[in-house]
Formats: sequence, C-alpha cells, structure tokens
Amino acid sequence: MADFASQWSVSGIVRTMFPILVVLTAIELGSGLVLDTFEGTLLQYPSLLVLVPVTIGMAGNLGSILAARYSTAFHLGLLSFAPSDDRLAGNAVATVALAVTLFPLVGAGAWLLQTVIGGTALPLRTVVLVAFVSGSLLAVLAIVVTTVTTYAAYRFELDPDDVVIPVVTNVCDVLGVVVLFGAVRVFV
Amino acid sequence: MTVREVALEAYREALPVLALSAVGGLFAGVVLGGMDAELQEVPGLLVLVPALLATRGNVYGSLGARLGSALHQGLIDPRFSFADDRINAAVAAALANGVLISGVAAVMAAVLLALVGRPSAPLATLVAIALIAGFVSGLLLTIAVVSVVFVGYRRGLNPDTLAGPVVTTTGDVVGIATLLGATRLVLALGGG
Repeated sequence: MADFASQWSVSGIVRTMFPILVVLTAIELGSGLVLDTFEGTLLQYPSLLVLVPVTIGMAGNLGSILAARYSTAFHLGLLSFAPSDDRLAGNAVATVALAVTLFPLVGAGAWLLQTVIGGTALPLRTVVLVAFVSGSLLAVLAIVVTTVTTYAAYRFELDPDDVVIPVVTNVCDVLGVVVLFGAVRVFV
Repeated sequence: MTVREVALEAYREALPVLALSAVGGLFAGVVLGGMDAELQEVPGLLVLVPALLATRGNVYGSLGARLGSALHQGLIDPRFSFADDRINAAVAAALANGVLISGVAAVMAAVLLALVGRPSAPLATLVAIALIAGFVSGLLLTIAVVSVVFVGYRRGLNPDTLAGPVVTTTGDVVGIATLLGATRLVLALGGG
C-alpha cells in the first residue's frame, strides 16, 4: 500500500479526480451548448424546460445502472459479448422496459406540475409524446453506449468500474439533451 | 437464467430507484422552469446547467462511494467527528473539487460561447454564480451524503446502494436551487 497516504490526502484525491472532472465538464458543456441553441423554445414552453433535468438525469441513470450490472456480471465472469448472451439481452430488455414505463409518467408529471404552478401553453398529449419518444430512443442509445464502452474496457483490460460508469453517465447526459432537442423539433 | 428472468430481476431492482430520481428531477425541473427571467438576464447560464448538475453527481457520488468502501474496510467509523483525518480529507477534497470545477466550467463555458459567437454574460458574472452555487451545493450535498451513508450503515443498509440514488435525487434539486439562489444574489449585487 505505497500510495495509501495519497488515497486519503486532500491533494491526492484532488490530483486523481480533477483531470477526469475537467474532461467530463467539457463533454457536458457540449450539451449545454445544444440547450442554448433552443433556449428560445424552452423559454416559450416552460413545461419543456421542466423536462430538461429529468431527461438528462434519467438518461444518465439508465446508462449507469446498466453499466453497473454489466460490470458486476463481467467481474463475476458471467458476461460474454456474444449477441446470444442472456445477461446482455435481458438487461437490455429491462432498460427499454424501464424507459417505456417511466418516461410517459415523467412527461405527464412535468405537464401537471407546470400547469399547477404557472400554466402551460402545450397540450398534455404533446409533452407526454416528447417524453415518451425521447425516453425510448435514449434507452436504445444507452444500451449501445454501455455495451460498446464495456466491451472497450474489456479489450483494453481496464477495470469497468473505474471507466465505464463515468463515461456512460456523462455521454448519456449529453445524448439526453440532444434527443430531447430532436423530439422538440419534430413534435412542438 | 433466461433472458426473461434477467430482465425481470433488473427491472424490479431498478424501478424504485429510477422512479425516485425521476421525482427529484421533476422538482429540479420546476425550479428551472421558474428561472426563465434569470436565464434571460444572464445569457450563457443555461449552457452551465448540465455541467454543474453532472459535477454534483460526479464529485459527491464519488465521496459517497469512497466513504462506503472505507466503512466496508473498517477504515472509518460511521460517526461524523472532526477528529477523523480520513473523513476530513475526503470531505475537504470533495468540496475543493466541487468548487474548483464549477469555476473552471464557467470559464470554459464563456470561452466556448465566445468561440461560437453566441451571447454570454460577463465572465466575472458567470464565474461568481458558479463558485457560489458550487460552494453552497457542496456543503448541502456533503451533509446529505455523509448523514445518509453513516446512518444507513449503522442501521445495517449497504452504503453502496444508498449513496447513488441519494446523490442523483438531491443533487439535481440542490444543484438547480443553489444556481437560482446564486444568480439572484449576483444580480442583486450588481453583476450581469
């Protein structure tokens, strides 16, 4: 345990984490820039603004839960990357099912809260549709990103716990904004 | 296990956590939805929102994971005391990371906006807002993470499964609410 002291010193922790944080922040600013380009639409329809944090958060969470389950299965030697792998397929199915269950509720919740607080300009149907389509698409993207990242970690012999979760969470955050932007463009 | 069994188990395990974080996210959204005046007054603020929210999760999620591992290894006791050097160092490092990266995010956002030729509030305004929001949200999230991890561990719960949902649920709400507070403060003091 030569580096034991540095694992629990302020400078040791900051030195390890700060470079990673800078990279992740740069990625997240990309999604901030996408938000900035449709700020006008978001300010016009506040129920869409309400959807922003929850879409980002859910996308990141779907990805990170899947990544955590893949990593554990991988560490236990239970994961192969064959398309016929039951664990790979079962977790992917669950991710889609979770998104399809929760996103319509999130859309309805966003519409309801905004209607109670400030009044909404958009019909319930539109907000639910935007949330549902974004969520379904994000589930598929989260599966692709997580599988590719876990496979890359495995090929490069990196510990998936250290690498996959931060990468997947932050990439899914960005995709959350991009997909929401696309859905708003198409349906609003 | 068949595909169906794996899927059912994963679905049941994740649904409550995701539902909880969705509720947190919706409340954060309501605060953001009420921030339209501030977002208009401080151009570029919206660019910072995803970065600041992710930072809260990355920094304080990592603090929770670190404390959880240390509890499992018996390195720390599940009681907060200022006499424990390890806990002090972990908390101080999380706060330092959280505040520093918020400031860096504001600088990077201003540079990015200038590069793509989009309007941006003065650099000092964005940096002041990010630093104040970073510091206040850091204090609140540290208290939340440390209490939940320690109290949960004393009651026999696994801190590894507690820290993540707590950070994702409270992180968004605390992150946006402190951003709103910091923006109002800086605007009231004459920035922007």
